[in-house]
Amino acid sequence: MALLELRALCKNFGGLAAVNNLTLDVQAGSIISLIGPNGAGKSTVFNLITGIYAPTGGSIVFEHRTLNGMRPDRVTAAGIARTFQNIRLFSFMSVLENVMVGRNARMHASIADSALRTRRATREDREVEHRARELLDFFGLTSYGSEWARNLPYGMQRRLEIARALASDPRLLLLDEPGAGTNPAEKQALMRLVQSVRERGVTVLLIEHDMHLVMGISDAVHVLDYGEQIACGPPDRVRHDPRVIEAYLGKGA
Amino acid sequence: MPEIHQFFQQLINGIALGGMYALIALGYTMVYGIVELINFAHGDVYTLGSYFSLSILALIPLSRYTGGWQLWLIASCVIVLAALLCGIVGVLIERLAYRRLRNAPRLAPLITAIGVSLILENLMQIWKGTSEVPFPQFLPGGLGVPDNVFVVAGVGIHERALIVVVVSILAMLALNLLVFRTKLGTAMRATAQDRDAAQLMGININGTIAWTFFIGAALAGVAGFISGIYYGTTFFLNGYQAGLKAFTAAVLGGIGNITGAMLGGFLIGIVEAMTSQYISDQWTSVVVFSILILILVFRPSGLLGEQVPEKV
Amino acid sequence: MKRVLPLVIIVALAFVPLLDRNASHISAYADTGGLVLLAFGLNIIVGYTGLLALGFAAFFAIGAYTYAFLASPQFGIHLNFWPMIGVSAAVAGLFGLVLGAPTLRLRGDYLAIVTLGFGEIVPQVLQNLDKWTGGPDGIAGIDQPRLFGFGFGFNPVPYYYLYLAIILVSLWLLNNLRHSRIGRSWMAIREDELAAAHMGINTTTAKLAAFSLGAAFAGVAGVLFAAKLSTVSPSGFDFNTSVMILAALVLGGMGNLPGVITGAVIIGLLNFLILPQATNWVQTLGQQMHIAVLASVDLNQYRFLVYGIILVTVMLFRPEGLIPSATRRAELHAEASSGAPAQADG
Repeated sequence: MALLELRALCKNFGGLAAVNNLTLDVQAGSIISLIGPNGAGKSTVFNLITGIYAPTGGSIVFEHRTLNGMRPDRVTAAGIARTFQNIRLFSFMSVLENVMVGRNARMHASIADSALRTRRATREDREVEHRARELLDFFGLTSYGSEWARNLPYGMQRRLEIARALASDPRLLLLDEPGAGTNPAEKQALMRLVQSVRERGVTVLLIEHDMHLVMGISDAVHVLDYGEQIACGPPDRVRHDPRVIEAYLGKGA
Repeated sequence: MPEIHQFFQQLINGIALGGMYALIALGYTMVYGIVELINFAHGDVYTLGSYFSLSILALIPLSRYTGGWQLWLIASCVIVLAALLCGIVGVLIERLAYRRLRNAPRLAPLITAIGVSLILENLMQIWKGTSEVPFPQFLPGGLGVPDNVFVVAGVGIHERALIVVVVSILAMLALNLLVFRTKLGTAMRATAQDRDAAQLMGININGTIAWTFFIGAALAGVAGFISGIYYGTTFFLNGYQAGLKAFTAAVLGGIGNITGAMLGGFLIGIVEAMTSQYISDQWTSVVVFSILILILVFRPSGLLGEQVPEKV
Repeated sequence: MKRVLPLVIIVALAFVPLLDRNASHISAYADTGGLVLLAFGLNIIVGYTGLLALGFAAFFAIGAYTYAFLASPQFGIHLNFWPMIGVSAAVAGLFGLVLGAPTLRLRGDYLAIVTLGFGEIVPQVLQNLDKWTGGPDGIAGIDQPRLFGFGFGFNPVPYYYLYLAIILVSLWLLNNLRHSRIGRSWMAIREDELAAAHMGINTTTAKLAAFSLGAAFAGVAGVLFAAKLSTVSPSGFDFNTSVMILAALVLGGMGNLPGVITGAVIIGLLNFLILPQATNWVQTLGQQMHIAVLASVDLNQYRFLVYGIILVTVMLFRPEGLIPSATRRAELHAEASSGAPAQADG
């Protein structure tokens, strides 16, 4: 059984089918890429998985649990974390605090614990800070710890978003165009980072606009166009699929 | 009075009240539609309308013999002048207090608007004192002549109620023409839909927003004048409650929706009149504000508004 | 220095009643303490969590009337003052929950209006249900606290110390909250609610917690208010009071405790001490110089003009307030200072 199974997933906005009949398996330990032209419905798939939208049809099963219509915070607690296509950091909180917030799903301190600074709360806070610093180390962000998130260079903000997502110890990480807006060198570095995330034991579902970028690191590639899956399989096969070429380059190419 | 007559009596009172609320509500709804700001000071512009009317009237030598067409002429001039002055105040408020904050976090302009409201109230308090100010009995029969009551099927209709209804409906018709039949109206609707796109189409955004404030404030000015006639008094704090009730009307109708504001205004007026008849005068604001909360909780888009999904 | 300064201030404040023997001054200081507590409560909601609540005085009223009902001749119930602090906080907090539960999902400005409507309804209901509440006259003869056999009575000095003690405890609690799981959650919600939800924060619960905790602070302020005055009436809890609290918060700087205290102290002293005193001076001067205008002047009625001017000018020219948190300053000036490096406040 796969870690994440999407079965005949559909989402309609009014009369428009943003995602239509999508079936997709993510095996534990793999890097799966979701690619396709702009407006193909890739981000909608993420929004369905993380509970921003409820599916119109089909099912989302993660580790034997159906996620359909589950609230975002519950999805995160269930073991899925994500980043956003347009960076959504907590701009006016420190870099360290951003990562600490990311740990929220694994924290247990009640409001009373927090208010009274019980031993439990202080111990947990120390642990969370320690883990957050580790993540900052891993992503090369240590020197930015006390800066505001918004003051980081763009590429670093992308990294911080991934660090923040990893703070919740997810089994599955959804990355929504982590390379968007970065230069080719940064993109390559990011892809290496994605591989090292996988080596930490985190399965990755990756959205990317640029097909060539993901070919090297993906175990499987799914191609969406107008909400429909038009091809899937190992990168080499998908790359030469005529329907994929048509979707990317237009008819007659 | 028989039960049914009493009901219709209150219905007419409610419609008259509603006419005034509708006129104020239009200003809230138009401004919200175009800049997404709850113009908290708008209710006080309405009070300002009756204060301006009073000051203009004080300049005109009126006597109890002034009557007939002279009164109509004077009334029309006063309405137009009061509306104009209120409109200018509305534009000034937008220019001085809101424009700078157009891209600030949402809290900021709302807090400023509350501040402007307090300032206006206090200026009016300094201007005409802390007690109720009498408003001339300014009716077609002549100055100081008690107003006529037409009796239709056992229900008495006060002349002043009739004036309020007629004037407010005329003002609303004029607004409809302006919004749906003129170039300015088209610009306003375009700016409300998508400010950036409107700008790309060559629409002067600042100008259009200023005009929206002008028109909204002018309508409040008209409401201020007729409220003076209707109640026979005015008071520097009137605008706070009236404004909040008119805002309720705008929300009830669907904020941003011009027809909705009119509908909501009349409904709130009728609710208020019926509450004071069948429950008690002192519960009217509780009832109206409960409606406000219930509408916002259960149908934030109002009766005629459309649900707009938030973008992710 | 950073650790010494607060200690110096606290010690200095403890000596104030020994240096200033004027009872009306001490009373004004104590009332200012009440405003500090109210501003603390509103700061959780507006400053930390970014939710605008406009009818905040309603929770103040609920706290005050809860104590008035349970410790006065009104119903012949005379519960002890000290546990009632907690009870009234809980009742106000509960009302916060009841109002917040259906409304907190509304957009910011709608929420502001809902709370404003609530703020209108509460005093009106208190006024109308005269069988229970005493109507517009309110409830008199409310019990005053006793401690180890010492009755507080109408002597303002013990109230001054009580406010000081409760403010210090509150400061400790608020500082803990700010630097904890829930505090970070609140700020994350203020910054980006959707992203906050994706951190596993139950945004509804966190917002409700902010709302009812803020209301609870107002509840505590209500008990102290009712006990010190020994009487409550609906007129003390209207929109004007809500505006005063908001003005304190805006003036000092939202989201930052030193700022909140500064704002509340300035507004409080202005309201309870400076304007009444100045009115006296001007009137006395007017009487001696036989200037009728001055003799009958009442500066108190202009305080809302002052608050209005504060709200407008601060939002336009210094939106972060007098003593801002580093965070809020940059946020509110985001347009002007984009990209400027700065340190986050910890």
